[in-house]
Amino acid sequence: MKVVVNGEARALHDASTVAELASALDAGPSGVAVAVNDEVIARSAWTTTALHEGDRVEVLGAMQGG
Amino acid sequence: MDDEKLVIGGETFGARLILGTGGATSLEVLEASLVASGAEMATVALRRIDPTSQGSLLGVLRRAGVRLLPNTAGCFTARDAVLTAQLAREAFETDWIKLEVIGDDKTLLPDAVELLDAAEQLVDAGFVVLAYTNDDPILARRLQTLGCAAVMPLGSPIGSGAGIRNPYNVAIIAEQASVPVVLDAGIGTASDAALAMELGCDAVLLATSVTRAREPVLMAEAMRRGVEAGWLARRAGRIPRRRYAEASTPSEGIAEWG
Repeated sequence: MKVVVNGEARALHDASTVAELASALDAGPSGVAVAVNDEVIARSAWTTTALHEGDRVEVLGAMQGG
Repeated sequence: MDDEKLVIGGETFGARLILGTGGATSLEVLEASLVASGAEMATVALRRIDPTSQGSLLGVLRRAGVRLLPNTAGCFTARDAVLTAQLAREAFETDWIKLEVIGDDKTLLPDAVELLDAAEQLVDAGFVVLAYTNDDPILARRLQTLGCAAVMPLGSPIGSGAGIRNPYNVAIIAEQASVPVVLDAGIGTASDAALAMELGCDAVLLATSVTRAREPVLMAEAMRRGVEAGWLARRAGRIPRRRYAEASTPSEGIAEWG
């Protein structure tokens, strides 16, 4: 299936979870947050949240800013 | 609020300078600037992760021992700001948020209507909200009434270095406030930071004036001293301004000649 991750199309195997995607992106154990279709996914729910065709996923982390 | 320590959201801070991390040319310079500034809290933004980025901003901030203050920079609507704050809480495990809701890209001035909406939602959701706001005493009071932990009026637009354009309003905001007032945005140099404190602010938040200075670490030290000097001067109490001179040397006992 295809999802959009941080604005770019990405192919994932069916029934991928947020946790699998985060791991594939090398997202660390902390300092990262995920939203799927504008909904915040709590870290505790990453392993149980399945992604679906066409989902828009934002994977965000710390950046310098005032 | 003339207590010795700064208290925001129940947390006590020894330093009255809060450092923004935007614009630092490298993490090494940022780390050295943080140390030189003496800041105990530093802002951090939330952006799409970049797998190619080098080094860890969070690592630097943790080593410096500062409290993280995530911001909602770049948000134009209450909806985006609330979502960003929720994501920041997940990412950084803090309820603290520097709430910024801006009206346009050119001025980066706060959008008062969206700001109030976002502040209300975030306070209700249990966030410790430090609200970046206009230098408008009424808006500042509304934010305080909504339950913001601090109000942070701008001196002048973000990154402008134009100093404090409306010192009278900033003084009124500080005088009225029952929560800490943090002068946020527009500081250009150390005398601006000192002025903010003399006007009655409880702290100063700045980034660009340090990170884009020719010598950021030196400017960080200057800002620390500027804030401290302004704070001391305010507590000491300035003399009134007079139109004419007032001799400091007594005229009694002056010699007579010829």
